[in-house]
Amino acid sequence: MLIFEHSRPGRRARAQAPAAEAPVDDLPAEQLRDTPPPLPEVSELEAVRHYTRLSQKNFSVDTHFYPLGSCTMKYNPRGCHRVAMLPEVLERHPRVPAAFAQGILACLHELQEILCRVTGMHAFSLTPAAGAQGEFAGVAMIRAYHHARGDRERDEILVPDAAHGTNPASAAMGGFRVREIPTDAEGDVDLTALRAAVGPRTAGIMLTNPSTLGVFERRIGEIARIVHEAGGLLYYDGANLNAILGRVRPGDMGFDIVHLNLHKTFSTPHGGGGPGAGPVGVCERLEPYLPVPRVGFDGDTYYWITERERPETIGRLSAFAGNLGVLLRAWAYARMLGAEGMRRVGDFATLNANYLATRLKEAGFDLAYPGRRATHEFIVTLKRQKKELGVTAMDFAKRMLDYGVHAPTTYFPLLVPECLLIEPTETETRETLDRFVEVMRRIREEAEQDPERLRQAPHGLPVRRLDEVRAAREPDLAWKPRPDGEAA
Amino acid sequence: MSEIPTDLRYTKTHEWVRDEGDGTLTVGITDHAQEQLGDMVFVELPEIGAGFAAGDACAVVESVKAASDVYAPVDGEVTEVNEALADSPELVNQDPYGDGWLFKMKPAETDAVEALLDAEAYADYLEEEAH
Repeated sequence: MLIFEHSRPGRRARAQAPAAEAPVDDLPAEQLRDTPPPLPEVSELEAVRHYTRLSQKNFSVDTHFYPLGSCTMKYNPRGCHRVAMLPEVLERHPRVPAAFAQGILACLHELQEILCRVTGMHAFSLTPAAGAQGEFAGVAMIRAYHHARGDRERDEILVPDAAHGTNPASAAMGGFRVREIPTDAEGDVDLTALRAAVGPRTAGIMLTNPSTLGVFERRIGEIARIVHEAGGLLYYDGANLNAILGRVRPGDMGFDIVHLNLHKTFSTPHGGGGPGAGPVGVCERLEPYLPVPRVGFDGDTYYWITERERPETIGRLSAFAGNLGVLLRAWAYARMLGAEGMRRVGDFATLNANYLATRLKEAGFDLAYPGRRATHEFIVTLKRQKKELGVTAMDFAKRMLDYGVHAPTTYFPLLVPECLLIEPTETETRETLDRFVEVMRRIREEAEQDPERLRQAPHGLPVRRLDEVRAAREPDLAWKPRPDGEAA
Repeated sequence: MSEIPTDLRYTKTHEWVRDEGDGTLTVGITDHAQEQLGDMVFVELPEIGAGFAAGDACAVVESVKAASDVYAPVDGEVTEVNEALADSPELVNQDPYGDGWLFKMKPAETDAVEALLDAEAYADYLEEEAH
């Protein structure tokens, strides 16, 4: 039920009403609306109950194990929120002069420096509001770099077929033609195909390492050499950085541009549609093109680096400095961990994934790449179960919800049939991982004895199996008042 | 095991091709392809008159799982598209080799289909891909 459906004309929450209405005398008459907006009219208690009930329906990392592959749904320490929730931060106006914002600028500057050290990059810009915008910034910098050199023939970006879908989309948005590079049977980029694809039209390659197949690209050094020799740049999609945090740096692998999803690796809440933060870092030769504003430090005061200081910048991506609340949470997280802590993040993310992969294999499930060591995530393929029992990965995923486990990523990557992409993250206990194995075993038993029970799952949640086809073809996205003006 | 009619030709990207004998070819996606993709929600078809080289992406089938390109099986020009799919994309699932056809094309070379896989070779390819 929507809050609008609780609405009754004239119902008010007097205790919450503002003391006086803001004067609108100075608004131009033609800008004023003729009728009031159709807002819900409810009592305070109804509003409280409505939103409390909604929050109880949340299936979140605070309530359930959430092994959603390539999303890094780890627990976000409460301590990270404290700095972002200070009244001085929450109520700060973005146009406060830098002289009165030295504390916040110091945090942002330090975050830039930390991200440089973590990734092996020369400089960072924090402004992209999410991963996809970070990718867009990266692609725009690839274009700016080649054009500044008078190199206008480079109109192709290479993307391995195991990439996140945003990679080819970002390349296309940047005006490039996308060339797909196949993956070999072991999950690595097909080097023969890569060699055949590079040339004078190659602007760059976009790569995730570890890849979405849950394996580390072993020949990254060779890939970097091939692309650089062809005159292209290497772009690192940081979605899977959690696996290598503190162990390996993209800069040392040969990458020129990096975007990070702070809302994944640097522990700020995500999964509800944002806000996120997708800072971009670059090697020295690309520094002039970074999006602005950035934070500079002259040894005494912190200041904004803008178009004036960096005339070659690709420009601004969002209002002001990006999503400040997310950036401050990431700063707090990085400071709490330190270099040693970050290494432990990478170590335990990998250990947990390998433990879970091994136990599921022992329990009789098929790993998509059994010969490879898992990184922070791994793929189980239920191809055999589909053939033998007639139940799909989606049926398994839906049934997991009944057992209080958020489903792993299903049917991605597209290369592996009937797949579950499982990322336990470093914040889960061994007991939780063991329970996941037990849940998988039990669901398989159910599939053998009562497959219909799986096909109808979930059974114990607020909504049953959704009609995905209808949801896609007849989306019902906006509430409308009934034509007679009464609330429905 | 998915259905693979013996009178059709196939590609490794899971399109089927029927030689209509009147200088045109009908193209669709195979039973295996529709089964892998799952329930269709949208089909984007090429413009009539558009020219494609073999292997060019020329249509998109979108299911609840994924959006996938459909590739031109041979060089040629699109002469007709299946208008019924705009309202009923599920035809691709229900009848992939019949009412679920995608488009017709006039091949640049009359014997172009000869280079495509026959049913036996496609079945072998699927078998190989499964391992």
